Amino acid sequence: MKHATVQAANETYRLPPPLFDARCKACWFVAGLLVLVIASFYTLDLKWAQFFSSDAVTKMGKFVAELFAPDVRPKFLNKLFFAALETLAMSAVGTLLAVALGLVLALPASRTQSGDAAKVRSALRLATRLILNALRSIPELVWATMLLICAGLGPLAGTLALALHTAGVLGRLFAEAIENAPPDSAAALRVRGVGRVTVFLYATLPQVLPQLLSYTLYRWENNIRAAAVLGVVGAGGLGQMLSYHMSLFQMSETSSILIAMLILVALVDAVSFFARRKMAS
Amino acid sequence: MRNVSLHIANGEQVAIIGPSGAGKTTLLHTLACALQPSAGGLQLGDVNPWRLTAKQLKTLRGQLFLAPQVPPLPPRQRVVTAVLAGLLPHQSFWASIKSLFYPSNIALADAALTRFDLSEKLFDRVDRLSGGERQRVGLARILASKASLLLVDEPLSALDPARAEQAIKTITGFAHERGATLVCTLHHVEMALKNFPRIVGMRDGEVVFDLVAADVTPQRLHDLYAQHLDELTQAAPLAEFAQPEPFKSASCVPPAMHLR
Amino acid sequence: MLVNSEFKPWVIFEAGNFKPAMNFLGDFFPPKTTPDFLIEVAAATWRTVAIATAGITLALLLAVPLALLSVQALSISALAGRMGLLPRIVRQILRWIMIILRSIPELIWALIFVRVVGLGPTSGVIAIALTYGGMLGKVYAEILESGEAHTTNALLRNGSSRLQALFYGLLPQNAAELTSYTVYRWECAIRSSAVLGFVGAGGLGQMLDSSMKAFNGAEVATMLLVFMGLVWFADWVSALLRKALG
Repeated sequence: MKHATVQAANETYRLPPPLFDARCKACWFVAGLLVLVIASFYTLDLKWAQFFSSDAVTKMGKFVAELFAPDVRPKFLNKLFFAALETLAMSAVGTLLAVALGLVLALPASRTQSGDAAKVRSALRLATRLILNALRSIPELVWATMLLICAGLGPLAGTLALALHTAGVLGRLFAEAIENAPPDSAAALRVRGVGRVTVFLYATLPQVLPQLLSYTLYRWENNIRAAAVLGVVGAGGLGQMLSYHMSLFQMSETSSILIAMLILVALVDAVSFFARRKMAS
Repeated sequence: MRNVSLHIANGEQVAIIGPSGAGKTTLLHTLACALQPSAGGLQLGDVNPWRLTAKQLKTLRGQLFLAPQVPPLPPRQRVVTAVLAGLLPHQSFWASIKSLFYPSNIALADAALTRFDLSEKLFDRVDRLSGGERQRVGLARILASKASLLLVDEPLSALDPARAEQAIKTITGFAHERGATLVCTLHHVEMALKNFPRIVGMRDGEVVFDLVAADVTPQRLHDLYAQHLDELTQAAPLAEFAQPEPFKSASCVPPAMHLR
Repeated sequence: MLVNSEFKPWVIFEAGNFKPAMNFLGDFFPPKTTPDFLIEVAAATWRTVAIATAGITLALLLAVPLALLSVQALSISALAGRMGLLPRIVRQILRWIMIILRSIPELIWALIFVRVVGLGPTSGVIAIALTYGGMLGKVYAEILESGEAHTTNALLRNGSSRLQALFYGLLPQNAAELTSYTVYRWECAIRSSAVLGFVGAGGLGQMLDSSMKAFNGAEVATMLLVFMGLVWFADWVSALLRKALG
């Protein structure tokens, strides 16, 4: 059995590998990251002094104080209720439209097992993937400002903006879900010469439906927040009320609106959570 | 555990044996102040650890070392850092942070690993080692610590016979040099009898015998391991440690991440 | 519900709206590519990225202590049984703070801060810092809680301090997942930062807003393309980093 040697005459001194190894990719990443962060703070004209100035602090203090006294006059609450309903409608209709559009785009955008007309299919796939990417890269707010030009002020622009952006997001998720679905039942139908769309409806769709619903519900949670905010640029609902009252520095009304937003978001979150849990059980 | 009454003197070396589920690990954890006894008392030195303040308990914990059966090593850590973690209770916070970037006591880690035949793995990453090597690194941490009470849980479960021999001799030798008290749970009865002067046998949460090694007769062992005789004859490693555990990579992405 | 949201898509085709809309869209081709304009756009793009990066950095500073304090994995009182009452209350309060921080959309925070500090990137950076601080804090806490506690427990049981157990156990154990999520959120922050420009925080969003108000389709087209390119680039960098970590 080997006996471990304990000490040599002079202690061997072993060096650890250097901390910054020029050949190590991770080191370059960290260095690049540090440069990015430092450059960001340096180039931005951040007015810290102004943020923490006594003037700013007193203003914020006043805001916060007024925020603690929400406006509860019945007439105002009535308006608030209808605005909330409008926001809810925006998010729901927008999400539903997005599901329809997303499904339509997801089918050509997904990779399927069939080998027929390969070139046309992959061109189609590329095109639909690009469309989906474009749709989801552009934030809802940007869509909304553009749609305001076409649809005028009001919730229509907001609904369409949500629909377009969410269609991009859901379309890609749906496409991935369709790709990852187990192919056996679909293959069995295709072998018998059934058309692609029918195959999708009868074989793939039932399999991926729970997942699609789950994504949709999750997206609705996000959209209710987005819908609340879209109003700020004029798309109606709670956001428009908020922007209006804040511009007039009417903090107690603002506070009621914020609370209404939080309640609405919490409600939708809860419904979505329970729906998803029910599906999973 | 029921009716467990033990008195271990300073510098003693005790092995705890018994079939699975006997409560060996529970006993060890109780001694390590990791489990609070629901009845009866625990005294380390002349203090009851559960009556101490948080700070005093922390200092007390720094004087003991609990080595769990599964080596507690983060996958991406370097072996030298993992071994030097034994020094943490006695290092200031900043010294330990500095040691993360440049290990503060390489010679100590090297010496500890050499005693387990692992010195060439000094700067390797833990997840590149085999299960047996990882277990030995966990044991090497004991040698790097300054504890005077060593509580070791199944140190040999992933080791082959030659390495197991070396490991147990190193641990007992180290405890002897340091004058530390050593309590070791072992599945391997032969090893226990060969290397430890005092054997405690446990079964179903009770202490069945507490004897000098020479007095442990085969009959006693047979009674101890009744209905579990396969464990006695095979000195088998526990089922869940039979193969080196693969480290699961944290690659699960929460679904929310894709929904943008 | 349809009535409620004034869902009348045919409004788009009404004469008053349709013609200027079509003109606007027509201006999209070709997108504006004069060098002066492109330089302005590049500068605005950098500002957008800078606001996002600065915001996420501050969010980290906020999220890390919130997460650490609200996590049970470093609880010494929980080492040997249930956590004491006071630590549990503290942890619950911190969780509520994180919920509030991330429930208020960053646009709202930005609106409030713009009234306090005026226009400029400061309000955007702070808005992102607060919202993302809450988000990062919650997810960090979840990652740390659900990760393997064995390593950290072993260190705490042998007498190391909580911070030492953090750096020698908890962090190395979960570093990959933590970094991965942070990089993903940085990518989201870039999109948020562009949106915040619409309320005056500067960068691409602000330029987009002014071009749209001026009905300048060519400029808008360029900026949309640049924005999509930025998002694609950030997505690529993020995927690369996450693959390298995994």
